[in-house]
Parts: sequence; C-alpha cells; structure tokens
Amino acid sequence: MANIIEIAGLELVFPAADGPVHALSDINLNVEQGEFISLIGPSGCGKTTLMRAVADLEKPTSGSVQVRGMSASEARQQRSYGYVFQAPALYPWRTVEKNISLPLEIMGFSPAQRQERAKQYLALVNLEGFEKKYPWQLSGGMQQRVSIARALSFEPDLLLMDEPFGALDEITRDYLNEQLLRLWEQTQKTVMFVTHSISEAVFLSTKIVVMSPRPGRIIDVIDCDLPKDRTLDIRESPEFLHIAQQVRQGLKSGHSYDG
Amino acid sequence: MVETAGALALNSPSWWQRLLAGKSFPVMVVSAVILIVWYLGAIYLNSPQIIDRYKKQNVEWSFSQLAKDSWSMERAVLPAPHQIAAELKKTVIDKKITSKRSLVYHAGVTLSSTLLGFVLGSILGLVLAIGIVHNQTLDRSLMPWIIASQTIPILALAPMVIVVLGAIGIVGLVPKAIISMYLCFFPMAVGMVKGLRSPDPMSRDLMRTYNADARTVFWKLQMPSAVPYLFASLKIAIALSLVGAIVSELPTGAQAGLGARLLSGSYYGQTTQIWAALIMASVLSALLVMGIGYIEKIVTKRMRGGLT
Repeated sequence: MANIIEIAGLELVFPAADGPVHALSDINLNVEQGEFISLIGPSGCGKTTLMRAVADLEKPTSGSVQVRGMSASEARQQRSYGYVFQAPALYPWRTVEKNISLPLEIMGFSPAQRQERAKQYLALVNLEGFEKKYPWQLSGGMQQRVSIARALSFEPDLLLMDEPFGALDEITRDYLNEQLLRLWEQTQKTVMFVTHSISEAVFLSTKIVVMSPRPGRIIDVIDCDLPKDRTLDIRESPEFLHIAQQVRQGLKSGHSYDG
Repeated sequence: MVETAGALALNSPSWWQRLLAGKSFPVMVVSAVILIVWYLGAIYLNSPQIIDRYKKQNVEWSFSQLAKDSWSMERAVLPAPHQIAAELKKTVIDKKITSKRSLVYHAGVTLSSTLLGFVLGSILGLVLAIGIVHNQTLDRSLMPWIIASQTIPILALAPMVIVVLGAIGIVGLVPKAIISMYLCFFPMAVGMVKGLRSPDPMSRDLMRTYNADARTVFWKLQMPSAVPYLFASLKIAIALSLVGAIVSELPTGAQAGLGARLLSGSYYGQTTQIWAALIMASVLSALLVMGIGYIEKIVTKRMRGGLT
C-alpha cells in the first residue's frame, strides 16, 4: 500500500531565551493509506509537535516531511488533511451547521452543498437535528464531535487528531472512541492520533508509535492487529492486554523493544 | 383556597419589598443624597453675598429667610436644582426647537458635529488598527505617534485646528468634527488592535489548516472576535466625540452649540444657563452611549443565538 506520510531524518529545534529546545530528533516514520496510527508518550515528548510538523503548522529544522507525495507545505495548501485540535475550537458566533460549513465556505462550496455536507457529517457523528444550535448549547463531548464533523466535511483522506478527547471524562471518551472507530471503518480515512492514554491507543490503532522526551524521539513502533470490528469489551481480552503491556514496557524502558 | 392566597402573598411582595429588591431604590437614595448636598451647598456658597446685601439694607434676617433667598438668587454661585430645572423647562420645552434660545437647537448643533466626528474617527481608528495588526512596520512606526497624539491637551490644540482650517476656507461643521475625530479615533484604534489580535492560537491554526488567506481570516475570524472590543471602543469614542464637539465650540466664538451656551453663560454670569447646558450635555452623552449599547445588544444576540 502507498505511503500517505513519509518522514525522514526529521529534526526540530525551538529557539528559546535559555538555550534551544530539541523538540524532535531523528524521526523516521511511514504511514500507509488507511492506517490508524497513534503517537503516545509522556508530556513534552514532541508527539504534538510531530503532528504539527506533518500539518505544516511547525517548520522542521532539517529532514523531510512528505504528505501524499508532496511537501508538508504543499499538502497544506492542497487542503490534504483535516485537523482536530485538543479543544473543539468552534467559533462561538456560528451555529453548529455554520461551524461545519466554515472550511467549505473557504474552499468555495455552494450553499446547497454546504448544507448537505453539514447534515451528512452531523449524522455521521450522531448529532442530527443540532444544526441550528450554538456551541455554548452543547456539552464538551458534543462540541468535539462537531469539530470532528468539521474536519471531515471537506472529505480529506487524512485526519490528524491531537488528543481530541483529552479534556473529556472517561465515560464520554469511551463512547467517542467507539464512535471514532466506526467512523474510521466507514470512511476508510488514514488517521494520525496523538494521545497519552495507553488503552485509547491500543483500542483505536493499527500501529502505535511510542515516543520519549528530551529530545523527542521514537523509541518503538508496535503493530496492533486487533480485529477491525472490535468493541470496548476487547479491552478485557488477553491480546489487548498483551499489546498494552508492550506499550507500557516501551514507555518505561525508553529504549527499543523487540517483541 | 387558603393555600392559594398564601402563595399569592408570597409571589406578590408589597410595593416597598419590590422597591428594595429592584434597581430603582439605590438610584433614588443616591439622587436624594445628591439633592440634599446640592441644596446645602447652594446655601453655603450663595449666602456670603446675600448676607452682605442684608447688612447694606440693614434688615433683620433668619436662617430660613437666608435659605429661601440663596435658593432663588439670580446669577447664583451655585444655582439650586429647581432653578436649573426651571431653566431647562424654559429652554427645552417652552421654546420652539428652531429658536436660537432653545437648548434643543443648540444640542442639535453639537450633536451633528459629534456624530460626524464619531463616524470619521471610528473609521480612522479602524483603518489604523487593521494596518497595525497586519503590518509590523506600521505597528512599530504608528503606535508611538498615536499615543503621542493623545498627550496634547485638546483645549490647546482645538484653536489651532480651527484657525488653520479656517485659513484654507474650511469653516462650520467640519473643523468641529475633526476635533471630535481627533479624540475618538484613539480608543477605537487601541481597542480594535486588541480585538483583532484576540483570537486564540488554535482558532488561527484552524484557519491555517484550511490555507485561508488574510482577507478570509479577517472577515471570518478577526472581525467577529473583535465585536465585544468594537462596542466597548465605540462607547468611549462617542462620549469623547461629544466632549470634542463641545470643546471645539469654546475657543471659536461659535454662535450655536452647547459649547457656545457654556461660553456665553460664563461671559454674562448666567450660571443657571451653564448648568442647564451641562445637564443637557450629560443627558445627550448618556443617550448616545445607551444607543450604542442597544445596538450592541441586538448584534450580540444575533451572533450568539440569544446569549448576551
């Protein structure tokens, strides 16, 4: 299968008043079409920075980032990916429908198309009938679902998700994890997902990238071959626990794990 | 039935309970205190002249006589509130609006230059803010000048502006409006710079992921985010604009306007006329600010679906 993301020899250094911060060091990573890849690691390991580099929101100091065969900057200009932030980042002066339409407006879709897409993707995140609500009328989980619908609305192949459920309670998070998995199955997107929850990473991913801080680097890539139609119950299964154990080991050791 | 009556009594408190709970009671208390202090102040400030008169005429006088006389004195140092009210009634209600003795006519003259200056100043402030936010060079070069412009007392600058503009043939409404504009572009520029910069990094990044151009970011993110700052700035600007209009009428020997009324009042020692003009100015200012507040309420309601 074709690589949708190719990262080679990526270095990223932030200049700071008290000496430069080495955020990412020697990152090499390929992501294939249709994969669900999670970046996991403690705070400050550069997982968000790595994803922002893929999204062309940060400029690498050296090395290359290719998205769909283009440079990260070209890929951004081609609107190749949908980005879901840590917070919903909905515009409070826009209704749910208008928030989802925002990228479509910018990309020149017709009003009829925008309305149809908003309806379609609201249904996909189980929020039918919320078109005319304002963000403040929705719970945190609902707001984040709207932001996912917004990222999907212009139908990019690639979805970049930066701890989208980090601020939500565990019950909501479980529910949204299951929904996200269904959504990934239905839409056949490639997903890059940042998290610091091991069970979330194992439950969702086909591949887990374990990272370590100072300098931010990849210490392990663990394949995760649980069946695609998994439910939350799978978290009790031996296979799940085994992979989770591998990830935990990887995070603890900070060196390569050969399993 | 007894229960219903009880519930009714609970639901409809007596008039003084409602008064205590509402806004009007504190306002009434403050107003009453101001009036008492005012009347006492009028006796204190006006009595020396009146006592002098008593001594010259060699008449017996009592305190009640003194109070009565100091509250009805013509050209008093501090006229009593009812005298000012009478003056207001005379010049606002009894006179036709077209009459040069009508205070409404003078307020209208001041209002027209206030509004013109306000519109010009707001546009200027907004344009400067947009320039400053989008261009680093403008940020560094303009901001010090904008701040410096406000350190010059407007009272010192106003005659210059009138004289210079008069020399090139611009007279009447425009020079007054320019002085108003000079005062009110400042809060607009400063407020809108802050407002246009108010969107958080995440909202900006979102626009970047859509590869949105500067114009799109301005209309779809920066302007809507700046709306609360816009209205705060407009309220300050319109009040300052009125101040500017009145000040600009002072040094020019203007024939009409609240400033002209203040000036002629002080020439002829007509203190009641001065106070009436001052009250007219403050009522006008309050109405203008309330008008902006009303527009703000409508806009906010439409933007946030009823959340104010």
